[in-house]
Amino acid sequence: MSTVQTSMPVRTSAEEEVSSWSRLRTNRNFVALWFMMPAGAFLILFLAYPLGLGVWMSFTDARIGRSGAFIGLENYEWLWDDAIFWLSVFNTVLYTVVASAIKFAIGLYLALLLNRNMPFKAFIRSIVLIPFIVPTVLSAIAFWWIYDSQFSIISWSLTRLGLISHNIDFLGDPNSARASVIVANIWRGVPFVAITLLAGLQTVSPSLYEAATLDGATSWQRFRYITYPLLTPIIAVVMTFSVLFTFTDFQLIWALTRGGPVNATHLMATLSYQRGIISGRLGEGAAIATAMIPFLLVAIAISWFGMQRRKWQQGGNND
Amino acid sequence: MSSVHIRDVRKSFGNFEVLHGVTVPIEDGEFVVLVGPSGCGKSTLLRMLAGLENITSGTISIGDRVVNNVQPKERDIAMVFQNYALYPHMTVADNMGFSLKLRGADTDEINKRVKRASEILALTPLLDRFPRQLSGGQRQRVAMGRAIVRDPQVFLFDEPLSNLDAKLRVAMRAEIKELHQRLKTTTVYVTHDQIEAMTMADKIVVMHDGIVEQMGSPLDLYDKPDNQFVAGFIGSPAMNFLDGTLKANGQPYVELDNGARLPLTTAPTASDGRPVVYGVRPEHLEFASDGIEAEIIVVEPTGSETQIVARLGKQDIIAVFRDRHDVNPGDKVHLRPRAVSTHLFDKDNGRRL
Repeated sequence: MSTVQTSMPVRTSAEEEVSSWSRLRTNRNFVALWFMMPAGAFLILFLAYPLGLGVWMSFTDARIGRSGAFIGLENYEWLWDDAIFWLSVFNTVLYTVVASAIKFAIGLYLALLLNRNMPFKAFIRSIVLIPFIVPTVLSAIAFWWIYDSQFSIISWSLTRLGLISHNIDFLGDPNSARASVIVANIWRGVPFVAITLLAGLQTVSPSLYEAATLDGATSWQRFRYITYPLLTPIIAVVMTFSVLFTFTDFQLIWALTRGGPVNATHLMATLSYQRGIISGRLGEGAAIATAMIPFLLVAIAISWFGMQRRKWQQGGNND
Repeated sequence: MSSVHIRDVRKSFGNFEVLHGVTVPIEDGEFVVLVGPSGCGKSTLLRMLAGLENITSGTISIGDRVVNNVQPKERDIAMVFQNYALYPHMTVADNMGFSLKLRGADTDEINKRVKRASEILALTPLLDRFPRQLSGGQRQRVAMGRAIVRDPQVFLFDEPLSNLDAKLRVAMRAEIKELHQRLKTTTVYVTHDQIEAMTMADKIVVMHDGIVEQMGSPLDLYDKPDNQFVAGFIGSPAMNFLDGTLKANGQPYVELDNGARLPLTTAPTASDGRPVVYGVRPEHLEFASDGIEAEIIVVEPTGSETQIVARLGKQDIIAVFRDRHDVNPGDKVHLRPRAVSTHLFDKDNGRRL
């Protein structure tokens, strides 16, 4: 209490005139730029650069251990005449469309189910997530056993029930192999759809359902006129992701079939890997991978424009 | 339009009973307000009337029909929710016409009725907007419009004004009352705000802890509260309660602990020496030289009236004056209750004596 602060800050003339550097230093955008730098560098280094390199490589005849020369669209011209490539495109589209549609149906059904009040709700919700948590390769190995031509538990059960006389060759026949990998993909993908849609359902105010009930809506009408329209934004997002994940799927196929039998389950991703890494023709593999980009852009565009249509979400400027 | 009869209705959630036998008769065309503090069961009762909650025991009838097991949509009621519950993805017109659409009414009929309701509520210019583009008061009106188009037997309101600001609340209060006078539809209105109850109701039902404390016209409740709870709940600022002893020999009065005497006109017979609670409303206190001495703590002028908080012994009492007095905190004043407007309650059970 007795000591009095006597030293006052000494004012210099340099401080009074604000230098352009200090003005720049306090500029919000300039500071923001610095804050964004780490994230930007990270994105460029690990996303943009590999993508660019991949696209570049698709225009070269690079092989493993040899950087290759620019050959223009030659890789693509080769692919254009390659029946196996077109088969892989067909497989990928089939795989994506069928698996995504079924994942959506089952996921929505599960979400509606889990949104109800029931005993052990939290426990059941966490069980649903298990397929999503298990590492893909691990679940693929499990499916591999389930689909084994000799030891398949499905074949065994059906035989015991007397429904079939000999084992089903799940992964040996082209069509049943396609169906089998699609089922495995659905099993893995449903939890993501279900949990995300459940989160969306929980944002719908219960009083809307009560109001609709009093307005005379049946449970189907409540779904049709309340739940579904209010859920569409979430559906658009979740299905975009689901389609992207499914379209680019690699692990499951590689662990289960490696693209066989006779390329019947080769997806673009697995074919790209096989041509690029296994066979060492990096340029061709890169071209296959690059060919996926237009499909993915279309998928994103569809959901983007789907979301933009909803005027009611955008709020008013006269609030 | 229809009468509604709630007879000995009970509601339990598991083993926990929240309504302990509530009986409320509601006349055809009456505006009944259920009022009480949070958790008194008023909203639960309304939701049971709407069919959103099961009735544990007792009966609710609308008109001549017992509706205990009737689906909500068959009850011919419309409800306005606290958060309005407007469908965010539908325009105002679609929101209002939704129930008609579900009933399968044809488009012309829907348009006609939506148009009529929107004219009543001045919503016509807003019919193409989405709920997000509306202000709070407009949303409130749309919620009411949604109820009106159905032309139901009974309107139910669940704290419809609590999300509005104070000024709008007063305006909407008058609007709802006017609407009722125009449509004359039986209305059950739930609120925790006693001013809303007093201003709007034909009949107020005061609820507390799952029972009906008292029902009657607003002024009945104000003038003759059945018990200390109703006396304290109705009226703002709330009634002052002073603990004392009844002296009934000769001219009756109530004696406080500090010896001060509070006037009474009459006293219940054979009650001398009984411990009582003396109730007097702030507006029934006046300055008088023969009043009881109190020290002014706070003076709150509101313009139209002045509220004074004064300390009387260990207790604070509130007095409201319409005329202006030059008093300041710290002043000693003498306050006298108007004997004709005082209330006396049993100290043990709070009943009116």
